[in-house]
This record gives sequence, structure tokens and C-alpha cells, in this order.
Amino acid sequence: MGALSIRNVRKSYHGNEILKGIDLEIDKGEFLILVGPSGCGKSTLLSMIAGLDSVTSGEIRIGDRVVNDLSPKDRDIAMVFQSYALYPNMTVRENISFGLQIRKVPAAEQARIVERVANTLQIGHLLDRKPSQLSGGQRQRVAMGRAISREPSLFLFDEPLSNLDAKLRVEMRTEIKLLHQRMGTSIVYVTHDQIEAMTLGDKIAVMKAGEVQQFGTPQEIYDNPANLFVAGFMGSPSMNFIPAKVEAVGSGYGVKLESGQRTHVFPVPGGDGKLKAWEGREVLFGIRPEQITHKSESRLGLPQFQTAEMPIRLTEPTGPDTMVLVPINGKDVVCRVHPAHAGQPGESMELMFDLSKSVFFDPASEQRIA
Amino acid sequence: MADMSVAHTAGASKLGRFIIYGLLALVCLYYLMPLFVMLSTSLKSLDEIRAGNLLSLPGEFRTDAWVKAWDSACTGVQCEGLKGFFWNSVSFVVPAVVISTMIGAFNGYALTMYRFRGSDLVFGMLMIGCFIPFQVVLLPMAQTLGALGIANSTLGLVFVHVVYGAAFTTLFFRNYYVTIPDELVKAAKIDGAGFLRIFFSIILPLSVPIIVVSVIWQFTQVWNDFLFGVVFSSGDRQPITVALNNLVNTSTGVKEYNVDMAAAIIAALPTLLVYIVAGKYFVRGLTAGAVKG
Amino acid sequence: MNATVLSSTTAPAARPARRCRWCDTLDAWLPKLVVAPTFVCSLVFVYGYILWTAVLSLTPSRLLPNYEFAGLAQYEALFDNERWWQALSNLAVFGGGFIVICLAVGLLLAVLLDQKIRAEGFIRSIYLYPMALSFIVTGTAWKWILNPEFGIEKLVHDWGFTNFTFDWLIDPEWSIYTVIVAAVWQSSGFVMALFLAGLRGIDDSIIKAAQVDGASMPTIYRRIIIPSLRPVFFSSFMILAHIAVKSFDLVMALTNGGPGFSSDLPATFMYSFAFTRNQIGLGAASAMMMLMIVVAVIVPFMYSEMRRSRHG
Ligand SMILES: Nc1ncnc2c1ncn2[C@@H]1O[C@H](COP(=O)(O)OP(=O)(O)OP(=O)(O)O)[C@@H](O)[C@H]1O
Ligand SMILES: [Mg+2]
Repeated sequence: MGALSIRNVRKSYHGNEILKGIDLEIDKGEFLILVGPSGCGKSTLLSMIAGLDSVTSGEIRIGDRVVNDLSPKDRDIAMVFQSYALYPNMTVRENISFGLQIRKVPAAEQARIVERVANTLQIGHLLDRKPSQLSGGQRQRVAMGRAISREPSLFLFDEPLSNLDAKLRVEMRTEIKLLHQRMGTSIVYVTHDQIEAMTLGDKIAVMKAGEVQQFGTPQEIYDNPANLFVAGFMGSPSMNFIPAKVEAVGSGYGVKLESGQRTHVFPVPGGDGKLKAWEGREVLFGIRPEQITHKSESRLGLPQFQTAEMPIRLTEPTGPDTMVLVPINGKDVVCRVHPAHAGQPGESMELMFDLSKSVFFDPASEQRIA
Repeated sequence: MADMSVAHTAGASKLGRFIIYGLLALVCLYYLMPLFVMLSTSLKSLDEIRAGNLLSLPGEFRTDAWVKAWDSACTGVQCEGLKGFFWNSVSFVVPAVVISTMIGAFNGYALTMYRFRGSDLVFGMLMIGCFIPFQVVLLPMAQTLGALGIANSTLGLVFVHVVYGAAFTTLFFRNYYVTIPDELVKAAKIDGAGFLRIFFSIILPLSVPIIVVSVIWQFTQVWNDFLFGVVFSSGDRQPITVALNNLVNTSTGVKEYNVDMAAAIIAALPTLLVYIVAGKYFVRGLTAGAVKG
Repeated sequence: MNATVLSSTTAPAARPARRCRWCDTLDAWLPKLVVAPTFVCSLVFVYGYILWTAVLSLTPSRLLPNYEFAGLAQYEALFDNERWWQALSNLAVFGGGFIVICLAVGLLLAVLLDQKIRAEGFIRSIYLYPMALSFIVTGTAWKWILNPEFGIEKLVHDWGFTNFTFDWLIDPEWSIYTVIVAAVWQSSGFVMALFLAGLRGIDDSIIKAAQVDGASMPTIYRRIIIPSLRPVFFSSFMILAHIAVKSFDLVMALTNGGPGFSSDLPATFMYSFAFTRNQIGLGAASAMMMLMIVVAVIVPFMYSEMRRSRHG
């Protein structure tokens, strides 16, 4: 039995279709990430799962119940909001126990639960403070404490970390992951941070304009993006898209790349079948920065690796790697090289392309070709 | 908007500041003058008033004008001073303020936190009610109060002030509640709380400042009202503003300016006290009403 | 951290809340139920009554309502009535003077108070206290101050200027101006507060940037600060216009419309015809005209302001 299943859910506001038929399904204990650009309908979908918003059509099941017409309190869920939404007039203790109190949990039991939650999240010393006396990170913990105190069968998180500074965000990310591992409760988590999406999710649904573009595991989505949007959205720095012509090379096909004064044709391993139809036409050749590195002798000669010398336009050191910008077919292409091997702007350097994970898109439909 | 005095030579800026303070002080005198004149006149005897002028100080402080204004001045046919009318005002102002504030709080909460189809329309309709000149409802209201048998009664005045005050209080509370994040209500819904529970446990405790603003605003408005008072009440049921006007315009015998002034101060005292105690909230109410007003 | 905590089996917290279909339905209706009485009241006591007044204005009602149709006879009578014209022209004089002076004084005081004044709060509260007073009290006080016998005139005489006369209060030509004086005294502090709030809302960095660009303080005020107070001008204008049209108490207390009816305003006209002279139909017609004046002043203003804000 799935923990949550969303079937052909649509939502319109005043005739405006915001969600255009969403289908998602997760198993018990899975961590589902909803990711997408601002305004794509993530929060709307989450509100509908929570019961804060009604669905226009379609069906939402939590566990084995259709919950379309249930009010939030009967859905056995808990939610953590971006602004935390702690009740400002209540202490941390009261915040955590408010939901229990409404559910008429006996006082002694309430106290025990608050205690346990406080231990788990290490907020015991904060119990008698008001939210205004807490730091951002502490508020975040309290908000999670409020959610876990009721032990729901599904947690909903709406961008819970986006109000934290970068360092705290990474810490809390880890903590949420640990918490999930320990509790094993299913989670739906909205973010527009693709690193959060990759690190936390068991499944990711990439959304755009009210539609799920791709639904799969993080690795699937990263390695096998279904279309240009997903490929460009996931990964940082984002994938390079190079307009390039498909040409026949030997028995297979390859892409023609021009950089500096030189022209290279890189054969694409395994691309024969799908690229055949595109011979002589232009495609978008997608390759991630980490698949273009400095030349490594040990890999030379393997069929999926190609080397080429290209002029450097700019370098951007990030510490562990240096991003090198080279022009290919009129586009600036980002390559991720080891700092020790990075050249200087104006020079040129030998780069090694790993074509085994390269992808190709139809420039018109933006769908994946190969 | 602060540092206006950069890059001026010290001398010029000193002179400039002197002029500014001078002007401000002068204007202060202008605003305070009527109060001073009222107070000093109310403490003078009639002879002193005739002999001196507006700004001359009373030779000795006499309170007989005050006593007379409170106890025995004529407000038309009867001569029992303002005391009865003062309590009249208290008796309808208090319920009118309490009820209209409660209604405003509930309306504001429902209209902001539970948007429903047409809630903006309802709000817009209410707001237009703040704009109309009340003259346009006086005649029908007089008919209605008569028909209901509550004309010239405390109940009638409470009713009128609540009906026409609720639009303002709703405006106050709505403008305040839009600044409270929706997520608070959503979180409480998920915690299982219903409409009333959320209101009383979460929203109301956050509303103290706006309750104070609303109470003060309504108190000032209702206490100072003259139009509804003069139209919908008569005789010994009138509010103090109407009685004051009658007292001043009663033309029997010599004009007792000192009594007039004492009576005016008595009528002004409650709102003035509120202003002194809670001026900050009063100003906030004024500007809050004005933002949308 | 205690790992078993959250998978304890005894958690009563997890039990679903008591199900109650009926309560949920009620809860969904509560917001509407709560707003409904006010909505109905507004519908009846504002819109219904406006309609009712409109109906009355088309009848020959005098002491009692009388629902025969009289066409526009009351409006004709109204516009044949010299006193009504006097009231309208007084409203123009009073409204114009009151609004312009209040805006000017309010802005000036706000700018002065914005110069990092010590005791600003105290001064501000002095400027504002008249707003807490009833117009009746204000009228009573100014009636005494402007009294030609013992008031300002006498004061100036005592100062040695024995030729000075100041009798606006009893001069039909000038009586309406006394209303302006008292009304400005009462309301200008409020306009000051609005402007001051507006000034405080202006982004400091804009002014700093202008100073860096070498603009002088007067230029900054003229070119940057005052133009950006446009919304405050707008809302102040609306409020003042509104006060002006509704002005009733002040005139009643200060001049009672006199001498004669030289300081009548539409509001006092309406009151005296509808409630003391038993001409309900005529009173209703004048009330409708007041409503139209408010609409005529406020709607175009609001419309142009809304268009502006939409375009930019
Ligand atoms: N109550 C509403 N009425 C009309 N439109 C709405 C309403 N709520 C949301 N929308 C619209 O629905 C779309 C999706 O909004 P939603 O809040 O779900 O976006 P989101 O993906 O969560 O974005 P973000 O990342 O910025 O939070 C937006 O275009 C928004 O304008
Ligand atoms: Mg969102």
C-alpha cells in the first residue's frame, strides 16, 4: 500500500489552471521531493495534500484512505512551514502541545511527548521561551518538534530551510535526513533548491508550470533527464547545452564542435540508433561541467573519452575545482577541472570530454532524443 | 528620513535650528491657546471675565462655574447641569464601543483568514459604508427606531453607533490581520483547531494592540458624536455633546462664559484623558483608519 | 538523541481526531455566518437606507413620510432655495480653505518636525490633541475666543490697538471663515501626523544618494521628498474632503448657521429641514445631494489615483 498517491490532480483558481494533472505515488517511508521554479505550484500541491486547499479534480489518498473531503485535522499529517508559523503568543512547550491538547491527549501523556520531542531535537532548554526569543535555527527545530509530536503518517515540509543562512541550512538538512532515517515516516518536501532535492530525496518530482516534468530517483533524474528543463534545472553549475550538428563518424554518429579555429567531431558512444534520424541537423548537445575535465592520461584511449584543445575565456576558482569557460559553437561552456590543471584566460588547454553520460535534445520540442 | 543637517556651516545651521525650534514653539502656543483660554475662563468670575481679556489669568481660582456646569446649569428647559447627560453618554458609549470592537474583530478575522468567494466584495461594501455622509441614512433610521420603539433610548443609540461603527472597526482589524501570516492559521488547522479555537487561542492574543486602537478610536468617535445624538434622542436622554450645545445656546439671563467653558471641558475630559494616557494608540488608530480611509 | 522515541507504540497522539462531519460543515460555514450579520446590516442600513432616502426625496413628505410620487419636485424646490445655494457656496469656500490650509500647515509642521527635533513626541502630541476633542467642544471654545465683545478683539485692544475690529463671528460675509479657523485648528495636527508618517516611510538611502549627487536640502525636499508623499496628499485630501462635506457639529456649535443662514453648510441645511422644519422630502433631497457631492469629489480622485498606481 502506498503512503501517498496523487492521481490526476488538477487545481484551478478562477479558471486559471495552476496544476494540470499531477500523478505521484510514494511508498511508506519514502522521502518525496517536490522541486521546481517559483510559481510552479509546489506549495499549492502541498496545501492540497494537507487539506488546506481543495482539489478541483482528481484524487488524493493518504495510506488507504481517499482524503479529498477530509479536513486537515483528519488526514493524519503534520506540516512544517517556511515561516515556521510558530504561535507567537505561546511558549515552545505550548506550541508543541497545542495539537495534542486539541486532540484531547491527557495532560500527563502530553508532557511525556513534549519531553521526548524536546530530547530528540535538543530543544529541552528552550521549552519555556516564546518564539520571539529564539534564533532562526531554534525556531526551525521547534517547528519540526511541533510536527513530530503528533506522530502523523505523513509529514509535509514547505521550504523549511529557505529562511536559514547557508551554514545552518546544511546542518539542518543533515538533521532532517537523520530524523527521517530514524522515524521512517513518509515525507513530502517542497524546495526549490536542487541540492536539497538531490541530498534528501528518495524520489524527486521536478515540476514546471503545474506539470510534473519527471518523477524518479535523484540519480535517474540527474543522469537521465527527460527533457531540457529537467536537465538544466538539476545540477549546479547547470548542464551545458551546445547547439551542434550531428554527423556520421565511422560506423556511428557524432557531434561537430568548433572552438577557437579548430573543429572537432566527437563520436557518441551508443548514440547510433537515436541520432541517426538527426544526421545533418542541429541538436542540443548536453554535457555536465564535471564531464569536461583536464586531460587524464590513464583514461586516454577509452572510447567514451575525447580530448580537444580549447581557448580559455575565463576561470572561476571555487576551491576544490576551478570552472573554466571555453567557447564551443559560439556558447560559453563550463568545464570543471582540477585547480592545478586549470590554465589562464587567454591561454588554451587540453580538455577531456566524457561522452558516456552526454544527452541530446530536440531544439524545437526540448524533449530528449538520446 | 533623518539626517537633514549635513554639510551646512555651523553658524547657519545653528541659526536655522533656532528658527525651527522657534516656529515649532509658536505653533505649540497656538494649539494650546484655546485649552488655556477655556481653563482660565472657567476659573474666573463673570466680573473678572468682563474686566480682563482672554489671556489674563484668573485672580483667584473659583470652582463655582464648574459646580454649576455639572449640577445646575440650564440645558434648555431643565436646569440640572451636565451630570445626567454625562452618565447618558457613558451608558451608551461603553456598550457601543465593546460591541463594535468585538464585531470588528470577528469580521476582520473571518474576512482575512478565511477568504471565501465574495469576501472581498463584502469588505468593499462595508468600506463604502465608511464614506457615505450619514445624513443620507438619518431619515430612514429615525423611522426605523421609531417603529422598533427604541427611539430616544440608550438601546437605540447603541444600535446606531454599532451599525455605523462596525465598518471602521472591521477595517482596523482587517488591516491588522493581513499583516499576520496566513501560515499561522494553516498550522493551527493542521493541529486540528477550528474557526473559533484558532481565533481565541491564537489570533485574539495577538490582537491586543489593535483592540486598544479600536477601543480608543470608537470611544472617541462615539463620545464626541453629535449628529446621531441630536437626531435620535431628546430631552433628558441626550448625550453630553448635545447637552453642551444646548447649555451654551440657552439664552436665558446673562451669558455665563465661565460656565460654558467649564461645561466644555467636562464634555472633553474623558476623550482628553484617553488621549493623554494612550495617545500613541490614538494616533495609530487615526493613521490606520486613514491609510484606507 | 533518543532514537526509539518516535516509534513508540503507545502514542495516543497518533489516533485520528474525533470525526464529526457535522462539526466540520459548521466550521466551514462559520466564517460566513460571522460576517453575515454585518453584511446584512450594511446592505439594509447603508444601501437600503440610501435607497429609502432617495425614495423619500421623490415624495412630497413633510412632517411624516408620504409615499406619493412627486417626481423631482423636491429637487426643484431645493435648487430654488436661496439658503441651499448659500450652503453650497459656503461648502465650496469652507471646503477649499479648510483643505488647502490643513494640507499646507500639516506639511509644513511635518517637515519642521522631521528635522531631528528634541521632544518631538511631546510637540507632536500637542499638535494632535484637538483631534481628540468633539467638534462641539471646539466650536464652543472658538465661539468664545472669536467673540467680538470679550474675545480676540478685546485682547488686541488691551494691547493698545484700539482701532482693531474682529467680528467675523457676527458678520454674515465672514462668518463661514470662522468655521475654517476652528476646523483647521482641530484637524491640521492630524494631517501633520499623516505627513510625518509618510516622511518616515521614505527610504533614507534615496536622500543620501541625492546628497551625494550634490543636491541641496530644499531641492531634495522639492524634487524628491514631497513628490514621493503623493499618496499621503491623496489620503489626506480624501479625509479632509470627507470631513468638510460632513461638517455639521462645528457649525452648530460655533455659529449655528448664522448670522441668519450665512454660515449654513449642506449638513446643517439638511438637519434643519428634515428635523426641525418638518420638510422630510426636501431634507431627503438635500441628503441625496450631499451623497452626490461626496461621490463627485471622491470617485474621480480615487479613479485617477488608481490608474496612476496601476501604471507605475
Ligand atoms: N489563492 C490563489 N489564487 C489565485 N492564484 C493562486 C493562489 N494561490 C496560488 N496561486 C497561483 O498558483 C501558482 C502556484 O503557486 P504556488 O504557491 O504553489 O507556487 P510555488 O511553486 O510554491 O512557488 P514558490 O517556490 O515561490 O513558493 C502561482 O502562479 C500563484 O500565483
Ligand atoms: Mg511555495
